[in-house]
Amino acid sequence: MIIWTFAIIATVIVLGFLVGRLRALGMARAGIGTLHSLPTYHGLLVGSAGFLGAAIAAIAVAFLDASPAFFAPAAAAILGTGAIAATNTLISRNFRARNYFEALVRMVLVVSSGVAILTTMGIVFSVLFETLAFFREVSPIAFLFGTHWAPTSTPPSFGILPLLAGTLLITVIAVAVAAPLGLFSAIYMAEYASRSARGVFKPVLEMLAGIPTVVLGFFAALTVAPLIRRAGETLGLNVASESALAAGLVMGMMIVPLISSLADDIINAVPQTLRDGSYAMGATKSETIKRVVLPAALPGIVSAFILAISRAIGETMIVVMAAGLAPNLTFNPLAAVTTITVQIVTLLVGDQEFNSAKTLSAFALGFVLFTFTLVLNYIALRVVQRYREQYD
Amino acid sequence: MTDAFTARRYRSERRFRLYGVLALGISMLFLSYLLFDIISKAVPGFVESRVTLNVSLDATKIDAANIKGSDFDGLLKETLRAEFPDVTTRGDKKKLTALLSSAAGDDLRSLVIANPALIGTKVRYPALLSDEADLFLKGVAGGSALDEAKAKFLAALRDRGDVEKHFALRFFTSGDSREPEQAGILGAVMGSLLALLVTLGLSVPLGIAAALYLEEFAPKNRLTDFIEVNINNLAAVPSIIFGLLGLALFINVFGMPRSAPVTGGLVLALLVLPTIIIAARAALRAVPPSIKEAALGVGASHQQAVFHHVLPLAVPGILTGIILGVARALGETAPLLMIGMVAFIVDVPKGFSDAATVLPVQIFLWSDLPEVAFQARTAGAIVVLLVILFSFNALAIYLRKRFERRW
Repeated sequence: MIIWTFAIIATVIVLGFLVGRLRALGMARAGIGTLHSLPTYHGLLVGSAGFLGAAIAAIAVAFLDASPAFFAPAAAAILGTGAIAATNTLISRNFRARNYFEALVRMVLVVSSGVAILTTMGIVFSVLFETLAFFREVSPIAFLFGTHWAPTSTPPSFGILPLLAGTLLITVIAVAVAAPLGLFSAIYMAEYASRSARGVFKPVLEMLAGIPTVVLGFFAALTVAPLIRRAGETLGLNVASESALAAGLVMGMMIVPLISSLADDIINAVPQTLRDGSYAMGATKSETIKRVVLPAALPGIVSAFILAISRAIGETMIVVMAAGLAPNLTFNPLAAVTTITVQIVTLLVGDQEFNSAKTLSAFALGFVLFTFTLVLNYIALRVVQRYREQYD
Repeated sequence: MTDAFTARRYRSERRFRLYGVLALGISMLFLSYLLFDIISKAVPGFVESRVTLNVSLDATKIDAANIKGSDFDGLLKETLRAEFPDVTTRGDKKKLTALLSSAAGDDLRSLVIANPALIGTKVRYPALLSDEADLFLKGVAGGSALDEAKAKFLAALRDRGDVEKHFALRFFTSGDSREPEQAGILGAVMGSLLALLVTLGLSVPLGIAAALYLEEFAPKNRLTDFIEVNINNLAAVPSIIFGLLGLALFINVFGMPRSAPVTGGLVLALLVLPTIIIAARAALRAVPPSIKEAALGVGASHQQAVFHHVLPLAVPGILTGIILGVARALGETAPLLMIGMVAFIVDVPKGFSDAATVLPVQIFLWSDLPEVAFQARTAGAIVVLLVILFSFNALAIYLRKRFERRW
């Protein structure tokens, strides 16, 4: 019946448009100029009135849960044609159809842009409520300062510190890989690369950026991790099969395009006059970059690094597939660690009883994650606003 | 003429330049190694092994009136046993017939259903082999070595020339399965498609409308500032958080179906909405104001100027943004894990509220399985996903190049 409802609504819209337009045309026998609005606007207005009537009727019936099933399309048809008839009587030569229709369009645009606010509110409230429910069962102090994470054991313990340590460790590895690679890539692309070199390297970075994280996770778990393990064995090191290093390295490669594209934009935004001034003093290109361009671009680069950190903290699939589940409170990159995102996935995938402390703890972790990224994004924004040089 | 100091400066200049080349080279190396590794893992997955058997479709064994109920599996096993008359022990017979895939009988059944005239004749039929037999024949080292007796049988079959390699069309035309040689990606691809339709249907109109309002109509006030802050923030929120939103709000509060493309599509729509809004705004901003002003000058209303002149000129840019947003949604995994799209689903989904999984989640599920043969399937699914994503990106680049206008 849903298809019928949609079909009826579509028919009502078309019908309304035709009815309104024809009526306006009929009134304009003395020439279109005698109407306040073009006939099309009359049609559009009547059509949208029909749509509103039909849609409201269909939604109302759906909410009342009325059976039999043909009630919804029938109600839509009746109310839709009713709305068409009612608006149609309003049409006259002086009827300001365009103004009304444009007001309607404006309303639709405002509501659409409001969806962003609704989404944020939805995230904050859904995460917040579950987190508060979690804190009724587990004290926030035990959560934030506990050093033991074992949500499934009896009694469960919810100390977040091992997860924070694991997240931090992997993030540090990732950024240590991505920061130099991304920055030097950006410098080369912006300052040295010829057009043809750009044509080769830019697609490479774009492709790298477009690879889904689940693919990188597969690569990290099945190729990079065994590689590191074997390399470690030949050096006589004991490497866990799911080491933080493998996940961190691959995550670093994931972040390279992010840093390089942000830094590329920032370096390009440094005015040419600064460089020319430096060259005029006899500086080489690299000296100019190191002493003039990079200092001028520093706030933007710092903010790019912060965004990269925020991205690394929130990244899920690579760590789920390559970092493992062992909540070890360690900073040894060769050991297995687990992260906030891994634990959220582990706790929420599969069957779950809602309102158990175990499930709720996933939302508390989500809240921590959301707060972290929010704060980092805010800092990144402020750094740019505060320290940016104005060149005009 | 260069003194030592200048020479040192030039050396450092060359070194610095080298760092840039090295950095880009490492990225390139990583990308090519990744692609090479995955493709080489995937290639065996596109091939399946079959054993050719001379099956006599005896009318006494196959009931023409009830083909569906006939025991094709048993018939194939019997034929295979007849190939090895000297195998007598019960255990060895079992090992021999275990070489056949459980799908072999079903395949033969559909063949006979499609062509009932075959009953009573003798056909040469290539029967699908099981995953471990397939791995042995491809020479892929399995997790555990193949049983000695089975290996002997397979070697004998191969020496007789009875083993064939076929393109594994099944991989593209069937749903998920517990048996690696029978598992396919069609279910996941359909799930992705359905979810993407929902995502597109929601995020495109909402994204364009929001971008139009913020770029063309919005007054500069606190509300619009707040909306902008929200959009920029949402663009940087980790995707897994959107999954939490979907679980807590859409499933637990609104009662939307778990594991369904409609819920997944909705979550993905919210996820890519900021991307689309930001891209659409950039495209609208790139249209020179003089065009709008000219329209206003000849008496168009503000909305007429925007909808008749600015928006059409911004369409290529908006389209590029949408394609990139869709590519992102297509590769997204984490939020869909939260809303239960990880179930093992054999049937290909037919509607928006059927239980389904999507391609990236299928990759995740398969990568977790212990059977070695699933590794090739996983890599195969990755290749399919990457081909789709890269063609999306290529399309976006083409559109950008084709319709890019400098004013």
